Amino acid sequence: MNNYELMVIFTPVLSDEEFKAEQKKYATIVKNAGGSVTAENAWGLKSLAYPIRKKTTGLYWVLEYAAPSEFNEKLKTQLLRDENVLRHLGTKLDKYAVEYNQKKRSGVPTGTEKVVEA
Amino acid sequence: MAKANEIKYLTAIKSDKRVKKYCRFKKYHIRYIDYKDVEFLKKFLNEQGKLLPRRLTGNSLKYQRKVSDAVKKARQMALLPYVTDLLK
Repeated sequence: MNNYELMVIFTPVLSDEEFKAEQKKYATIVKNAGGSVTAENAWGLKSLAYPIRKKTTGLYWVLEYAAPSEFNEKLKTQLLRDENVLRHLGTKLDKYAVEYNQKKRSGVPTGTEKVVEA
Repeated sequence: MAKANEIKYLTAIKSDKRVKKYCRFKKYHIRYIDYKDVEFLKKFLNEQGKLLPRRLTGNSLKYQRKVSDAVKKARQMALLPYVTDLLK
C-alpha cells in the first residue's frame, strides 16, 4: 500500500449532481480495489490557465488515497475512457507530502507561509 | 596640501557587504513542495512564467529540482500557464 494523490479536471458542463456522481464513482473504484480514501477535496469551478479541449474553465477535484501500486494502471484506463475528464494527474506521496497534506487539512501552518510573505 | 601618508584610490572601495543568498527550503525546513500551491510556486517564476535560475533564487540543487517538478505538474493541470506575459 502506498499513498497517492489524484487530481482530476472534469468538464464544466456537468451539473452539481453529475459532478458529485463522478466524484463518488472514482471514490468507490478506489474502495473496491482494496484502497482507502484519506481525504477528498472538490475545488469546484476554476478558470484554466490555458484552454483545454476549447474549454476555459474546469471542475477541479483532489483525492488522496492509499492503494496497492498495481491499482493505478486500472484507474488510469478508467479516467482516460471517461468523456467528462479533461485531464488527470496522479502523484505518489512520500512521508513528507503526507505530513504536509495533513497539516494543510487541519489548518496548521505548513512552513511555506514565511516564503510567500518574504 | 595632501598628507604624505594618505592613500588615494582611483575607484571608491565597495564598503557594503553583499547579503549571502540562502536556500529557503533548508532555512524554513520545508521538505515537500506542493504543486497545488500556485502562489508559493510563483515565487520561483519570472513575469513570463519561466523558472528562475538557482543563481537568483539561491535554492540548493535538491530543492530546485523539486520546484521545477512542482511547476511542471502545475502547468500540466492548467494551474500555471506554459507561456504568458505579465504573470504577476
